[in-house]
Amino acid sequence: MNFNLSDSKKKLALAGVVCGLVAAALAYFGNPANMAICIACFVRDTAGALGMHQADTVQYARPEIIGIVLGAFAISAATKEYRSTAGSSPMIRFVLGMVIMIGSLVFLGCPLRMVIRMSAGDLNAWVALIGFILGVATGAFALKKGFSLGRAHETQKSSGVVLPAIMVGILLLALCTTLLKSSEAGPGSMHAPIIISLIGGLIFGAFAQKSRMCFAGSIRDVILMKNFDLLTVIVGLFVVMLIYNIATGNFVLGFDTPGIIAHSEHLWNILGMYAVGFAAVLAGGCPLRQLVLAGQGSSDSAVTVLGLFFGAALCHNLGLASSGTALNAETGDVVAGAATPAGKVAVIICIIVCFIIAFTNKRESAK
Amino acid sequence: MKEVDARGLSCPEPLMLTAEALKNADGPVKVLVSEPHQKMNVEKYAKDHGKKAVSTEKDGCFEVVIE
Repeated sequence: MNFNLSDSKKKLALAGVVCGLVAAALAYFGNPANMAICIACFVRDTAGALGMHQADTVQYARPEIIGIVLGAFAISAATKEYRSTAGSSPMIRFVLGMVIMIGSLVFLGCPLRMVIRMSAGDLNAWVALIGFILGVATGAFALKKGFSLGRAHETQKSSGVVLPAIMVGILLLALCTTLLKSSEAGPGSMHAPIIISLIGGLIFGAFAQKSRMCFAGSIRDVILMKNFDLLTVIVGLFVVMLIYNIATGNFVLGFDTPGIIAHSEHLWNILGMYAVGFAAVLAGGCPLRQLVLAGQGSSDSAVTVLGLFFGAALCHNLGLASSGTALNAETGDVVAGAATPAGKVAVIICIIVCFIIAFTNKRESAK
Repeated sequence: MKEVDARGLSCPEPLMLTAEALKNADGPVKVLVSEPHQKMNVEKYAKDHGKKAVSTEKDGCFEVVIE
């Protein structure tokens, strides 16, 4: 089966457009405004559904996350790209997963949501993009200096199936039992019908796998290789979401825009996404790419995904996640969202950890 | 022939090592990678730089010879 989306810029842009349409459809059918298919938000919600944290407004087993992993799994198996591998510094990857989630929840969104927020006119996301680019550039600099997490090796076939199987398990628990927590108010209570979310996730996962869609990789490749291939996918997605937001009246240019779930503390938006960009380059991909790689058999990426879950639990159990700007229902006043003191300290620690990881792990030939 | 063993390495290391080897080599360069998309990236890089790439699959990994 020849189904290759990464051999021409047109196909890559098409993949971005398809993923943009999926995101727009999910927003249309009930997902929270401008989260659409945010990986960090939805992993956090799923962690909440499993009871890993107790923030009762962000608990819901998101079928999109399950769908992305299973979509990538199915398409990679069908096109002979599935390989069960492991062994490239898994615990460092776990820590990088934590860093990515903490940085994301201080900014309030993963790189995918940053792009979706940018397409809705949220200037805070454009400010955060500066931090993200600087973070990716720092990671790229470390790569140039010889950074590597070492080689992965082929492992038991069954190892690569574990995360997809866990995702099927979570889906079955969500469909057949009342064991999982589900928010009655807040973002966790807003969702498209399960079947639409699941199909959307499957399509998104399959196209992301075939196009190698990666938000960190796109900027990294421009910096390191002057290669704009992966950026083409992101631009495709951005354009579709921009058209959707303008057409539905969701495009509001500004900083304090209640309803978007964002805050305007510029320094912490920049530093949060700096940590995310830096850690994502060190881990070999953004949160979306980690889910996709885990689906195609990488146990190392599966461990990174577990790090995302663990980080999400820490964020809400220890109050690291920022609050979003909101309207006070009674007075009609705009209440500014903010990063928390603990969140700020956590982001600083995350950045220091990234620097330590980046400059203490070298390729054999670069030592 | 100069050989680059990039098996099991995360992106973009295989491409960075290939670029470095091509810069320093006079003759052909042999690149070993594990993942199909890495094979494609290496082939594309070679083509973009006016070189010919021939790939074969061996023992679950790919051998790309660039000249």
